[in-house]
Amino acid sequence: MLDIKNLHAGIEGKEILKGLTLHVGVGEVHAIMGPNGSGKSTLANVLAGRPKYEVISGSVTYQGKDLLALPAEVRAREGVFLAMQYPVEIPGVNNIYFLKAALNSVRKHHGEEELDAMEFLQLAREKMKLVELDEAFMTRSVNEGFSGGEKKRNEIFQMAVLDPKLAILDETDSGLDIDALRIVAEGVNALRTGKHSVLVITHYQRLLRYLVPDYVHVLAEGRIVKSGGKELAEELEQKGYDWVEREFAASAEGAAAAR
Amino acid sequence: MSSVLDRDIRPASVEPRYLDGEPERVRHIRAQAAERFNVLGWPTTKLEAWKYTSLTALTAIDWKNDQRRADDDGLVSLFGEKPVAELTFVNGVLHANHAALANEHPGIRITPICEAMDLESFVQHFSRYADYEEHALTALNTALWQDGAFIEIAADTAVEGFIHLFFTGSGSTKHPVVTHVRNLIVAGRGSQITVVESYAGKGTYFTNTVTEIVAGESAIVDHYKIETESLDSFHVGTVQIHQERSSQVASRTVAVGGALVRNEINVALIGEGASLSMEGLFVLSGKQHVDNHTVIDHVAPHCDSVELFKGILDESARGIFDGRIIVEPNAVKTNSRQTNRNLLLSETAVIDSKPTLEIHNDDVKCNHGSTIGQLDEEALFYLRARGIGEEEARNLLVFAFASEIVERIRIEAVRENVGRALFPRMPGRMPERWGEER
Repeated sequence: MLDIKNLHAGIEGKEILKGLTLHVGVGEVHAIMGPNGSGKSTLANVLAGRPKYEVISGSVTYQGKDLLALPAEVRAREGVFLAMQYPVEIPGVNNIYFLKAALNSVRKHHGEEELDAMEFLQLAREKMKLVELDEAFMTRSVNEGFSGGEKKRNEIFQMAVLDPKLAILDETDSGLDIDALRIVAEGVNALRTGKHSVLVITHYQRLLRYLVPDYVHVLAEGRIVKSGGKELAEELEQKGYDWVEREFAASAEGAAAAR
Repeated sequence: MSSVLDRDIRPASVEPRYLDGEPERVRHIRAQAAERFNVLGWPTTKLEAWKYTSLTALTAIDWKNDQRRADDDGLVSLFGEKPVAELTFVNGVLHANHAALANEHPGIRITPICEAMDLESFVQHFSRYADYEEHALTALNTALWQDGAFIEIAADTAVEGFIHLFFTGSGSTKHPVVTHVRNLIVAGRGSQITVVESYAGKGTYFTNTVTEIVAGESAIVDHYKIETESLDSFHVGTVQIHQERSSQVASRTVAVGGALVRNEINVALIGEGASLSMEGLFVLSGKQHVDNHTVIDHVAPHCDSVELFKGILDESARGIFDGRIIVEPNAVKTNSRQTNRNLLLSETAVIDSKPTLEIHNDDVKCNHGSTIGQLDEEALFYLRARGIGEEEARNLLVFAFASEIVERIRIEAVRENVGRALFPRMPGRMPERWGEER
């Protein structure tokens, strides 16, 4: 599904990802954990194609395509979805109109018939139940006046409607109460059909109790310093990130000494 | 540089133009107005109120004042059967009068203004509010107007639906035509009325309009001015609104067309407890120049005014918002808010925003502000990250900016028409909900 090789990238001339390598297979759920400033959000934004992020070197292959060569909207149409850390408010753009336009541009891209208003509404109602969003939200402007939790649930709602192949959740869990957390986890679990892949980027282990990842990676200083199964998340919770970073530093020194 | 050019403006000299059988009172006003215009001359950029708009391009043209019937092929009513009454004027000459049905109602009178000059309310209100003493273009209009609409609604009468006044201009560089349109709308005590004035046309012509609106005690008046003039035309217009006690007026101006446009909206809140909501939207491209000039004069206590003007400027367009709110010494408990927001879509578009508050007593709640910005890059990325193409995403955000005003248009047919007029170069991009019934 996704193959990231030796990725160096940054923002405003500052290198943040320093040789990140990651492979995500079809149907897998990967968690990427790491302290603040380790490059988690940079990774999410580079994958989604946010303009101000620059790729310095390395490659990202998505379903056999060079992902980095595609503009953001084409990535989305190809099935890459980024649930944003800070969903933006767009006054004057109606939620339902926006999402219908989005879904139809994805469908058009795949040569599928566009949904009409009735068909779309039916689909939206069904998915809305999943995230327990009130229907009144749909007629409002995108994220305008939504609480933090509502914004995140709206992200998951959009994800459910767009049905992406690769979902990237950028700290979707931060600032959420337990109920919202459970809803986010359910939204992600609904994608576990064996055909979708998920990249959960998080600072805390909390979400991973509801959403059990297949793999856990620790990101520090722009690289993946440790990978393991779901038990790694628990270990991190107990010992903190310092432990991994120290271990990595030691092994790096060891590797340097051996050379 | 413009001051050098302004010196070259020909000295103004007009003769009043009398209509056949015109009452002496009107003849007298015309003569006075012509005299004032000849003293004032064309406004130059040396005047503070005309600082941003030079009329040299306009005064350089030898405008034909004759009333030759313009060719009217392709002239279609914008709203079909929807208005309850409609008067259509071509180059200032009455072309179609569809007011008979509405006039059957005893409290409603809709007629060409040249047929209204003997009516009591005409005599009482005509030229009482629009200032021809100090305002040159109003003086010119008052001296030369040939026709327009007169609307009178009796006390406690409500007009269902809306009245449409449709003015089209037509001219060419060889035969540039000038038209002076004059309207008077008198809404009696407790009456309710919606009037849509729209201006369109083709080729080179100059429209100079004055509309006086009297909102009587507790009257509810919705006034729309939809300006979609030809891109080679000049349009100068004044809407002068007089509000009596507890009246409620909504004034909405949409400016899309015209090479050079000056829209003035002046409101006097004369009676206690009157309220005004004034909105404007101007969407410009090419080398269009649109100058919005508004004055809201709080004369009486306990009046509210909310003003919102939004500008969208592309290419090398130039926009001006010059809005003044005056709170007179007697106007205690005034509540007033003035906002101007502008969206610049190109590096070469220019906006001058000048909101002004003049407060002469300290028992008021007033605020004003203006913003100038580009499209929100974060919002743009958000839309793209969901699969919406960049151009469509930009259009959506531009629409969103305009929608705050467009959605306040209460008449569906007008809202649709405005939606279409705003973005002629983006067919099919109009948000569907603008066409929805509400």
